[in-house]
Parts: sequence; structure tokens; C-alpha cells
Amino acid sequence: MDVGQLAVRARAVHKAFYDKQTRITQQALKAVDLQIPSGSLTALVGPDGAGKTTLLRLMAGLMQADSGGLEVLGIDVDREPQAVQDRISYMPQRFGLYEDLSVQENLDLYADLHGVSAAQRSERYRRLLHMTDLARFTDRPAGKLSGGMKQKLGLACTLVRSPDLLLLDEPTVGVDPLSRRELWQIIQQLIAEEQLSVIVSTAYLDEAGLCDQVYVLHEGELLAQGSPAQLRRHAAGRCYIATPSNGQSALQLQARLIDANRLIVDAVPHGGEVRLVTQADVAQVQLSELLGGAPLRGTEPQLEDGFMVLLRTRLGGAPAQVDALEQKPPGDNVGSGSDVVIEVRDLVRTFGDFTAVASTSFEVRRGEIFGLLGPNGAGKTTTFRMLCGLLPSTSGFLQVAGVNLRHARASARRRIGYVSQKFSLYGNLTVLENLRFFGGAYGLRGKQLKARTDAVLEQFDLKGQERTRSGELPGGFKQRLAMAAGLIHEPEILFLDEPTSGADPLARRSFWRRITALAESGTTIIITTHFMEEAEYCDRILIQDAGKRLAMGTPQQVRELVQPVRAPTQPVLSMEETFIGIVERGRNGLGAGEVQV
Amino acid sequence: MSQYSSGGFWRRLMSLIRKETRQLLRDKSNLLIGIGLPIVLIFIFGYGVSLDVRNIRLAVVQDDHSPVASDFVSGLTLSRYFNPLPAQSLHSAKQMMHDGRAEGILHLASDFSRQLSTGQAQVQLIVSGSEAPRAGPIVNYMNAQVAQWQQKRVDRLGLGQAPGARIQLVERIWFNDANTSTWFLVPGLIVLIMTLVGTFLTALVMAREWERGTLEALFVTPVRPTEVLLAKVTPYFGVGMLGLVLCMLAGRFLFDVPINGSLLVLLLASMLYLLVALGIGLLISSATKNQFLASQIAILASFLPALMLSGFVFDLRNLPVGIQVISYALPATYFIELIRTLFLAGNFWPLIVKDCLILGGYALVLLSLARYVTRKRLD
Repeated sequence: MDVGQLAVRARAVHKAFYDKQTRITQQALKAVDLQIPSGSLTALVGPDGAGKTTLLRLMAGLMQADSGGLEVLGIDVDREPQAVQDRISYMPQRFGLYEDLSVQENLDLYADLHGVSAAQRSERYRRLLHMTDLARFTDRPAGKLSGGMKQKLGLACTLVRSPDLLLLDEPTVGVDPLSRRELWQIIQQLIAEEQLSVIVSTAYLDEAGLCDQVYVLHEGELLAQGSPAQLRRHAAGRCYIATPSNGQSALQLQARLIDANRLIVDAVPHGGEVRLVTQADVAQVQLSELLGGAPLRGTEPQLEDGFMVLLRTRLGGAPAQVDALEQKPPGDNVGSGSDVVIEVRDLVRTFGDFTAVASTSFEVRRGEIFGLLGPNGAGKTTTFRMLCGLLPSTSGFLQVAGVNLRHARASARRRIGYVSQKFSLYGNLTVLENLRFFGGAYGLRGKQLKARTDAVLEQFDLKGQERTRSGELPGGFKQRLAMAAGLIHEPEILFLDEPTSGADPLARRSFWRRITALAESGTTIIITTHFMEEAEYCDRILIQDAGKRLAMGTPQQVRELVQPVRAPTQPVLSMEETFIGIVERGRNGLGAGEVQV
Repeated sequence: MSQYSSGGFWRRLMSLIRKETRQLLRDKSNLLIGIGLPIVLIFIFGYGVSLDVRNIRLAVVQDDHSPVASDFVSGLTLSRYFNPLPAQSLHSAKQMMHDGRAEGILHLASDFSRQLSTGQAQVQLIVSGSEAPRAGPIVNYMNAQVAQWQQKRVDRLGLGQAPGARIQLVERIWFNDANTSTWFLVPGLIVLIMTLVGTFLTALVMAREWERGTLEALFVTPVRPTEVLLAKVTPYFGVGMLGLVLCMLAGRFLFDVPINGSLLVLLLASMLYLLVALGIGLLISSATKNQFLASQIAILASFLPALMLSGFVFDLRNLPVGIQVISYALPATYFIELIRTLFLAGNFWPLIVKDCLILGGYALVLLSLARYVTRKRLD
């Protein structure tokens, strides 16, 4: 591989998709120019719908550009897709493992297709199985692996031979932090040993930070490019950490900051403090006025800060119209007190001889944001389903909104709202029809239904979209509609299953702004997420692994389990590091394999 | 880069075929449709439809009350096939048949014994064809009954009656001219089963790969579309042939359907038709890329027409012209015609050549189309 040669060269690449049903042409890529050198690790970063997958598919010869030139390994992909496909390896977002074939059979298939000789094979397999830690499971059908293990097997299948170029499309989407770290270790190890050229798309900016070059895509356009250090520089001198004072909570301070979007680009809770990025040329006077006396200190910019500055410059605008939120009169409950709305004691759920949830206990108080975290196969989804009354528990006590779920699941269900991970509304019904249907299903009708429909349309910024078929909404709108449908009957408790996966940082900020506002108005929120940093928004979190409770408390309390004392020079442990620390501690001596149900 | 680009055809193909076969064997639903369903169909169409004819409710109009005639009727009473119901007149017997109390009428005319003594007697059998599959056996049983009775009479009387002294059964099947029977059904069944396996299963497996996204990763390898298609076709071709063998064995040994034509031609023709069915299945799945749609279309566009419009049950000559046009556009029509001829009539070469050419043409066009439609592209 000659260094200096280009792995990919794109000149003014355009790609549009035409939707037959809506007769709308969507520009997926607009005049994208790229020059990716060989032997480097390159990241394509951007939220859902930015055009990352389309760009990778074009490179893989699976799609044809409408105009422009695209050369991969010096070959014109449009003209000779097969020649490119003979030399590259590609791991699509949903890697097509054959679920009824075993791990070994999946590997063999790809080795055969790539023409790997028997001699090369045994050495390669040994290494791949060792790196992916799948050696114990070679006989297991791929369908019976956990999400993280499937992803590792997918990676192993694409790496049965050393390709001239490796394309990875969001290899870590839907994968927990531990598996994510392992996947990256494998990728980095191979790059070091084989000088692979790798192009990886990701929604995680910390992953982009590990790459040599980063291309930021947004709505089909190339927003910026450069090394992580160059991108960080966009936020240089504008990053601070504010410590809440005067009895204010970090979340309250964060909410105030993020609402002041003329001064503030970004603000996130971080270890009991608030990390913020200001707009350019903000006077210190304005800033301290906004902070209301909270002490401020400067900090080094991170990639996400640079990214947020880029996005804001590009888009402007506010994160969320939270003022539209109907605030319930205070004193109703407001995030305090002993008002327990969910009580779980010794909850157990088994499937056959497999224990998905092993004796977990916790309480959630009214108006709390309660985060349920854990690696793939930790029993989060099972716990969730039991709380929502979708799955009966094997044993244990479970009371939700004052109703014992063992006896009266239906009456509890009326008092809870559920937003599932997948978009589960009717795609061919309009926004309004969906809301009316869900309202009706919860027993709302007439004026009451109309009032609630109007209220949630307003609340979730869906006005003007009433007549759009929900299947045709852009991703962010879909997510808001799902929330609106989950809240139409004004539930006391809202369950959210990975609501932010795939959403861009801006959408995630406004999502969390809405959630904190909802919680302030007295709605209890139970949420799962794969973005560990989002745990900072939670009042309390519960970390589970293999069905067992590992830790519970405020994010700060949980952090202190891993980092009991922090020297002043030491940075605050990130939630991701905390999470990994907790899970690894829990696994020490346990050594149980992951099993998916 | 020659190590990647050439010479790997057979290695890749064999590997893909191995994969398809494994998947086929591991997915119980495939085996259920591929092998279980043919067996069920064989039993339904074979036993359920024709051999289980017992307790035939037969209105007996006996206008001749001579001992000979009465002996004949009492012979019926003893038979395990017939339930004779005495009727006063032909008119009341008709009435019984119309309101469903009887499914056939046996009429012994008043001159039965006189005719018999002259050496030539007639009994009339009228059978309701509204339940077509029962009509044939009823006639068969009555013929047997008559023959048996005559044999007994010869034995008992020992009077070496003149060879001409026979009873002739004059049969009429009312309400349905086309008399279906097992012989008629079994060859047709082969067509149904091959359509089902070829089109339905193949449409599903290919659509499944599109749906699960497994093709996306597969496409970005040195694999060629032709190899993917060939690998899909091969194991299902095997399953289809297994269905054929099951049908032929059942036809030969359970239902005694004769195979008058050449077994080799029969096999070759079936292979041709199976290729046609596989081609349709691949086309459907490539066009829909969705299992649900593919299965619906496969049923509507291939299985149902093969059942209803190919001449499997209904005689094509009785169809309205418009429908006939559709029928003659269906490959199944030609295969049914061919396979029935081969089973029941024998090697009638002009027809064999014509139908084989038509089927071969269909196979070629459909498989090429499937190859053309299946491209390593997602847009």
C-alpha cells in the first residue's frame, strides 16, 4: 500500500432519493468533496439523515451517484463496482449475519466468498476469535448472541481477510459502552498491525475523536473537516464549567443556560456542574448576569463542543420551545418528598432456565427522572416491560402508580405512558390521526380529546404537521410525535426506551430540555439510554448487569463508587468511565457469559 | 488482484449452496412447506377425496319383483359400499336425490328378468355429480357389484349360460360431466406441489434476505449476482424434486395411477417446470423485497391460478374465452397437460415436444429476468 495514494476521492457527489408515495425528492448528498488518504482512520460524523450511510454505500458500489465523480482505490465505482467490491470490506449498519448459521459457519461463508485459503484461515480465525472473545461460542447460532456479540461477529466476518479499504457503517449503534470499547480496541489493533485504511461512520463524537480525520456531515452537506484537534478549535476559548450556587441544582442551571441561546451555544450537566460553550464574543458581564453568581472557570474544548459550535453556526435557532410547556402549579409535588410512585421489591423474571432479572429492588418518587442503565443483555428491557405491565413478573412485588401490577395491570396502564425504542406509531396515518387514535385508546373523547391533542401538538412543536403522514416525518419529528402520543392521556409516569439513539446532539438537547421540564411539572420519567453522558440528566440511576443490580443512586453517588476521592488536578470521571468501572467491578468473579433473550 | 476477481466461481457457489442448504434444513417452516405440505396434500387429494367412498345412499327403484331381481337388490344390501333405500317410483327416487337423501338411483326396469333370460339386461345407474369425487367411485363400485353378482349366478346355477347373458350397466352422472378421480388428480397434484415449493418458498427466502439486510454485506464481496441466484435455486430445486418423487410414489403405490409414458421424460418435464416456478419466485422476491408481500403475490399469482385456472380441477374448455386466455398464459397449464398425458396416455411426442419447448422458453425468460432484476444495488 503506497502511502500518499488516495483511498477515496469524491468530487461534487450528488445523490437524491425519490419517494414514489410522497413524490418528494430528498437530497441525500449535496456536492460532497472528499479526499481520504490511504492508511488512515477516517470518521464520518453526523446525526441520522446526514447522509453518512448513503456516502458509504456509494463507496461500496451499492448505489450510484446522480452526478459527480467517485473513485475508490483509484477505481471509478460507478463504472466498475465489482472491481471495488473485490478489494474492500464493508460492514453495514445492520450487519447481515445469518442468524440460523453458527458463528463458525458465518465466518466460513465470508472466508469462502473472499477466497481466503485454508492456510491463511486458521491463523486469521484464531486471531479474530481471540480479539472478539467469541472463541467459546463458535457453535452457537448467530441469532442467539447478544447485540454486542453480534456486532463483533459482524466485524470479524468483514475482517476474514485484510482488505485494502474497510468501510464501517455505525458499527457501535445500539451497542453498550463496554462492547463499544471492545469493538474500537479491535479496530485500532488491526489498524496498528495491518496499516488498514478505515472509514467509519458514527454518531458518537468520542469515537470520532479517536480518528485521524473527521468529516462532519449535516443534511447531506459537508459541514467541516479536519483532525479532531482542528475541529475542537472551533470552540476554543468559549468553554467553561459553571458550579451551581444558591441552592440551585445543576439541572436548573443547565436549563436556564440552554434556554439563553443568544449567549450560549451548549450547556450540559457534568458531574454536578454545568459544562457550557458560549457564543462568540459574549461579554463577561452578560455571562455573569446569566449565571446569577454561579462561579465559572474555563476548560479545554472537546470535540463535541466544536461540533455544537459548527451546528449552531449553521442552523442557529433554539433547542426547544419549552416555554410552551404547560407548567402545573408548583407545590403539586415538584421533585421532592416521599411520594413513591413505583415500588419494586425482589423482582425476578426468568425465561426457562435463564434469569433475565434477578431480584432487583428500587423505588421511584414522583417527579423524578430515573435512569435504567446497563450493557446489552442486562435485563433493562425486561425490567421495563414488567414495569409497564407488558410482561408478568415471575416473582416479587411490583407497584406502579399505587396499583399492584400482579393483580390490576389494566388500571395501572392508564396511568402510564410508554414510548418504545422503535417508532411504533402508524406510519400511514397522519400525525393528527395517530394522536386521536392513541387518545381514544386511552379513553379520551370529544372536547377533552381535542384539548389534549391541541396541547401535545403545541408542546412538541408539531403544529403545521397535523396532516402529514407520520411515516413521512423526519426522524426528529417522529420522535416528538411518539412522545406526544405517549403523553396524550397525561400519564403520571412516562417510560422512555432509548429515546435518543440516532438523534443528533441538538435534537438530544431539546429532548432533554423537554424531559426536565416535564419532570418539574410532576411527571415521573423512567428512561433507558446508551448515551452514558445523558445519565447526568437523571436524578437517580440504576445500573444492572446480567439481571443483577450493581449500583443505584444519584449520578454523583454512583461516580464516587468508582472514584471515591478526586485530586483537584484530576478530571471528573465521565459517566461512561463510571459505567464501565461499575460493570467491570460487578463482573469480576462473576464471569457469566452474555445471553440474549 | 487476480486472487480475488477470478476463478472463485465454484468455490463461492459451493459455499453459498452449503449456506442455503443449512438454512433450509434448520428452518422448520421451510421443511414443513417443502415436505410436510406435499404429504398432507397427497393424503387430502388422494384418500380424502376418492378412496373413502362408503355408505353410498342409493335409491333403488325395483320395477321388476321377480326372484332374480330381488336377489340382485339383496346383494346390494350386503355390500359394505351401498346403503340401498327402497323407492316407490323413479319419480320419488328423483325427489330423494334432489333433497339429498340419496346420492344415486339404481333402476331395475320391469323387464329386467325377461331381458336377462334373453341374455342382455340393463340396469340404470344415475349418480349425483354434485360431489364429483364420489361419483366416479360409485360407478366403479356398481360395476364391480354387477360383475360379482353375475359371477355368483354363474357359479350357483352352474349352467354354463350363454356368454352373451350379461347385465349391462347404463350409467349416467348427473350435474357434472367432468368426472374427476384420483388418476386425474395425482398428476395435477404434482403441479401444485412444485408451484408451491418453487414459487412460494423461493419468493420467501430471497425476500427474507432483502428484508433482513443480509444481502447488503454479501454484495460487497467478490460474489456475483448469478452465484447468489444459483445458490438460492439449487436446494429448493432439490426440495421440489423430493416433492415430485413423493407424489409419484404415492400415485404409483397408494393410488395405482399408471405411468404410461416415459419416466425420464416425466422427470425432465418436471425439472423444466420447477425451473419456471423458481424463476417466478425469484422475480417476485426481487421485485417486492418484502416477505409478506412476496408470499401474498406468490399465492395470488402462481398457486391459486395453478389450482383454479390450469385445468387441475376445472376443464379449460368450459371456461369463458377471457379466462381461457389467462389459462393459456400460465405455464402450469402446459405442465398439467403434459404430465397428465405422460401418466395416463403415454408418450405422445408432438404434445411432449410442444409443451417442453413452451416450458423451456418460460424458464429461460423468467430466470434471465430474475438475473436482470437482481443487481448488487440498493437504490
